[in-house]
Parts: sequence; C-alpha cells; structure tokens
Amino acid sequence: MEAAKFLSDAALRPWLDELATKHALVVPRREGDAIVFAPYDPAKPLDLSRDATIPPKNPVFPACEELMRYSYAKNPENPAQAGLTLEPLVPMGSTVVFGGRPCGARGFTIFDRVYLTQRIRDPYYGARRESTAYVTLACSDTGNTCFCHWVGSSPSDTTGSDVLLTPVAGGYVAEAVTEKGSDLLKSTHMADAGGREKEALAAKSKALEALEAAPDLGPAPKSLLAVFDDQDFWVDMSAKCISCGACTYLCPTCYCFNITDEVRGLDGSRLRTWDNCMSHQYTMEASGHNPRPTKAHRLKNRVGHKFSYYPDIHGGVIACCGCGRCIKSCPVGVDIREIVLASIERATAKPQE
Amino acid sequence: MQPLDVIKEKIREALPGLDCVIGWQRGFDPLHATPLFMRKPEDVDRLIWGPLNIYNTATYLSGFRGKKVGVVVKGCDSRSVVQLIQEKLVKREDVVIFGLPCAGVVDLTKVGRNVTDLGRVSAVDHSGETLKLTTPEGEKSLAWDDVWADKCLSCQYHNAIISDHFAGEPIAPVLGGRDPAAEEIAALEAMAPADLLAYWAEAMKRCIRCYACRNSCPMCVCRDFCIAQTRDPHWQSQEDSVKEKLMFQMIHATHLAGRCTECGECQRACPVDIPILALRRKANQVIKELFDYQAGVDPQAVPPLFTFKVEEDNINERGW
Repeated sequence: MEAAKFLSDAALRPWLDELATKHALVVPRREGDAIVFAPYDPAKPLDLSRDATIPPKNPVFPACEELMRYSYAKNPENPAQAGLTLEPLVPMGSTVVFGGRPCGARGFTIFDRVYLTQRIRDPYYGARRESTAYVTLACSDTGNTCFCHWVGSSPSDTTGSDVLLTPVAGGYVAEAVTEKGSDLLKSTHMADAGGREKEALAAKSKALEALEAAPDLGPAPKSLLAVFDDQDFWVDMSAKCISCGACTYLCPTCYCFNITDEVRGLDGSRLRTWDNCMSHQYTMEASGHNPRPTKAHRLKNRVGHKFSYYPDIHGGVIACCGCGRCIKSCPVGVDIREIVLASIERATAKPQE
Repeated sequence: MQPLDVIKEKIREALPGLDCVIGWQRGFDPLHATPLFMRKPEDVDRLIWGPLNIYNTATYLSGFRGKKVGVVVKGCDSRSVVQLIQEKLVKREDVVIFGLPCAGVVDLTKVGRNVTDLGRVSAVDHSGETLKLTTPEGEKSLAWDDVWADKCLSCQYHNAIISDHFAGEPIAPVLGGRDPAAEEIAALEAMAPADLLAYWAEAMKRCIRCYACRNSCPMCVCRDFCIAQTRDPHWQSQEDSVKEKLMFQMIHATHLAGRCTECGECQRACPVDIPILALRRKANQVIKELFDYQAGVDPQAVPPLFTFKVEEDNINERGW
C-alpha cells in the first residue's frame, strides 16, 4: 500500500465535494438531537463531534430494500389464469460512506461470513458491499459505553474500512486500507503526510491506552451455553428490557432480516427489512408456535448469538463490535457487557456436573 | 431517618409478600440510572432517589398481571398507576405503591445539548443549586430550569396521587410556571397544514421503527399484539417510508387519547429524539375539552371510554 497522505481541515470539504461528483456520498449530519448518516449536502454542516446515533450499515444493508416488483395480468379469455411479470431490482451505483468510526465499519465484516460464503452469496448484499467504500475516522477519545477492545478491536481498527483518517494537528493523516481506498486518495486535495505518520501513531496509541483493561471474554461462549437453561438468570437479566428494537436496529453487526410481500391489487413488491430478535414476532412460526415466547428467551438469544453461537461456528470471532449503541440508546439502560460478564460468573459459580 | 431510608425499610418489610418491587438504581455511568427489580432484601440497598430517576416504573406493571408487585413512584408515575387501575388493567390490591416527593427529573436530551457527548460524562453532582457534570471539556454547571424535563416545569403532581407508603414532606405544585408543552403545541398549531405535514415528515424521516415509543408507554398494553405489526389486518406495511412511520404515530396517539398520562416516556425512549409527545398531548387536550377528563389524576373519575351518555355535554351531535 502506498504512503500515507495528509488531508488538511481546509481540504476536507473540497475533497468531499469531489467525491460527491463520482459517488453517492453519505455523511454524519445532525437531525434534531440525533446524528444520522444522510446524503451529502454541501450546504449543510457535518457532525463529527461524536459517533453517530445510527450506525453506518444502511448503505450495505438497508433498513428496507425492494428485492423485486411483480404484477399479475389476468387472461380475459380465462379469468382463472393469470400471467406474472417479475422485475428483479439490483442495487446500482457506488457509494462512499464518510465519517463512521472503526467499530461501525468493522460491523459488517460480521455479515460477510454469513452472506458472502463459498456456498451462498447474497446477490443484493454482495453488490452493495462491492460498490461501497468506507472512509472511517479513528477515535481519539472513548466513551463510557465503548468496549471495542473487549471484542478484539481498537479505536483505530481498520477492519472493514477502505480509508482510515486519524485526526492530527490541522487535519487528518489518511491511510488507504484497500485498493478502493487508494483510489479515493488519488486526489489533488491530498497532500503528502510529510512525517505526520508519527503523530497519527501517537494519537492511536493514546486512544488505546485511555481504555480500561478489558476483561477476558474467552469463557463467554461456553458460559452462555452453561446458563442456557437457567431461566431464573435470564428472567433477572431481561427484567427491565421493554422488548423494543432500538438495540438491534442501531447495532452495526445485527444482520437478521424479514421478507414480506406488499401487495396492492395486482401489483406487489417483495421487501427485505431488518428483523428484530427482541420482538415477539421474531421466528414466530406459522402454526402460532413461538420458540422464544418471553423476553427472557429473546434476550438470551440476542446475547448468545453474538457471544457464543456465532463465535462457535466462525472461528471464535465475536459478533459484536463494541460500539456501545445498544447500551447508550437503550431506553432503559440494558447493558450487554454486564450480561456477558454475569453469565461467565454464573457459569463459574455453578457446581460442575 | 431520611425519607429514602424509610421507604427502603417499608420495601424490605413488604418484599416477602411480593414478586418484586420496581425502582431505580445507578446505571452504566454516573449520569444514567436504570430500572431496578428488587427481589431480595440486599437488592433494596441499591435503590436510589433523585433527578436521574427518569424511567416510569409503571411501564412494567401490566407485564406482572396476576402477580403481586410493588412499585416506587414519582408523582407522574403514580398517574399511570391510577389510570391502569381505572381501566382495570391492574388490580389495586395487586400493587403496593411506595411514594416519595419528587422535585423533578432531568431530560438527558437537554443535558446533551450542553455537552459534546453524553457518553463521556465521568461524574455528576445533583445535590446543589445547579447540575454539575465532569466532562472531557471540563466542569459544566447547568441551571436546573434548563435541564428539567418539560413535564416537571409545569408539574402539578410532585407527590404520589395514591400510595400505600409515602415518606418525606409533600412538595406543593408551583402555579403559573412555564409550560413548554403548551408552547410547543401552540407553535405547531400556528403552522399551515402543509407546513405542519412537512414538519412531521422531516422529523419522522429519521425514525428507525424500533417501537421504543410504544414499548416504553405505560398505557400501551397490547404489547406483543399491536396492530402495527399484524399482517392480517394489514394496517401497516413493512416499508420504511415516512408515510408508514407517521401512520404509526397516528395509531399510537389515537389509542392514547384521554389515556395518556403525559409521562413523556415515548419521547424520552426515542433513540433518535423525535419530539412525538406533542401528538399525544394534543389528543389529550381535545379529550379534556370534550369530556372534561384528564388521565390518571383522580382515582374516582370514570374514563370517557368506560361510560356512555345519550347526549354528550360538549359534543353537538344533533344541532347541525
């Protein structure tokens, strides 16, 4: 990979203006009291003051995407017979997502192991993933709900990003992580890093050192299985949960979806929308049987999936990026860190059979 | 003995006969409290009281139907308990109510406007004349009037409306205080219909359809069987359009007309801070004008949907 570049504060907007001419550009912007990723508008300010309320996953995995449209045409000679026209909708165009944080970009590498495998390739996700580039901002500070270092990441992790920007005096040191990233850095707005790499490196270590020591989550997969049937434990852990979808919809690593047909008369469209494992309807069977009838069952599944079942089949990789959105945006302050640690403690305290 | 200690003692005494008692404890950082479910005497030690107890404990009551539970309440929370009892959704004999006088709770969204990141507050002191926060940018001292929740600025119910155990000196309501909620509704009503629709479309754009507004609502008791999520009848599609998002707000506000106790949990719970409480307040205003009824303030009053009059006093049904 080529040498690092320097993007001065003054060159940031011109560079974004330039990117916006070639790609759909998405940036963090303030809407009301929230920070959301929205289409770039040269007239509106960016908000890079803190990690966005909403994660940057929409461009590769939209909250709602139309997979295909269809329409029926009745045969006037034989009204019982209907012809069907199908129109598959393939995602088009390239997108650049600017200003997410390392945790958010790392999030969808969790999806890759599920949607882009040797055996199965999700064409919609694949197309979006290939045509989307992430320009990520390394964190200089960490917050009370940040725990990226618990799950094998760091405030300057490049996993999932194409370009990493590290704040230094007067601008950012820009490093290309992928080929896509180096293309984005081929711009007259980029200067030579001119020895600023050291300053960037120091900033990265400072952010990492500011984090408190991470507990060992090694025992988590086994512990969560050990407490699987401990209903009292899960009732206790889920007591305050109100079963809304804030945690899952704000999670950079949640990838469950729902498929529905929305029909109006003879026309319809097939939608894929984010699903929410905290909802009663999640995996509800057509018979009416619900394998996870209470919020205790559902929260167990959410935590278990991220910290036990997924790591078990994906080489120990935890399906959580430690961004802390599920904690800080939870209406009642459910803390996933607390639940994982409590499960380890509970499993250890249990007499071995 | 401090009022909180008196209440803790009462809770410990009552615990053996109850499934649990719902209150608040410190959460993941000094600024965030979190609901507490006390089942064992030692759990009671963690109970806190103060301006960070933002959650409405009554929200959990309908989830405990058929069990006896205790609930620690602020005045506004007690309104929800009263309304639940009036609507026969909770039995009075199944709930033990513990009350303390409440001076108000903070609105963390308002606090957030004064700091770069709410998630980086490392210490909080709420015992003084101002709310003091320690942040990476230094010490911040915020005037209480700037951070109280709107409902607290015009609060008429600082003390539990009904309770089995109450400790502390009741706080008298302040009359003629600012009523930001009324100001907000007046501003919205001054808009031309097209502008008003554009306002809501812009606000709802960032809605993620998580239903935190619905699930945090103490009066939303359909829970897992909400018509917003049924496929048959198909009131709402899965599209994430502004139309669908606003439609749900209309469903919610309509179902809460005259039932909403204006605790503000819907708006507080919204992860993207959409100011949706105004819709419920407006519906309540209409119910007050038509039926002279306010939810949850009088245990003896009959909710409008629980009665029938051939001729309503304030509805002109025949005189067109």
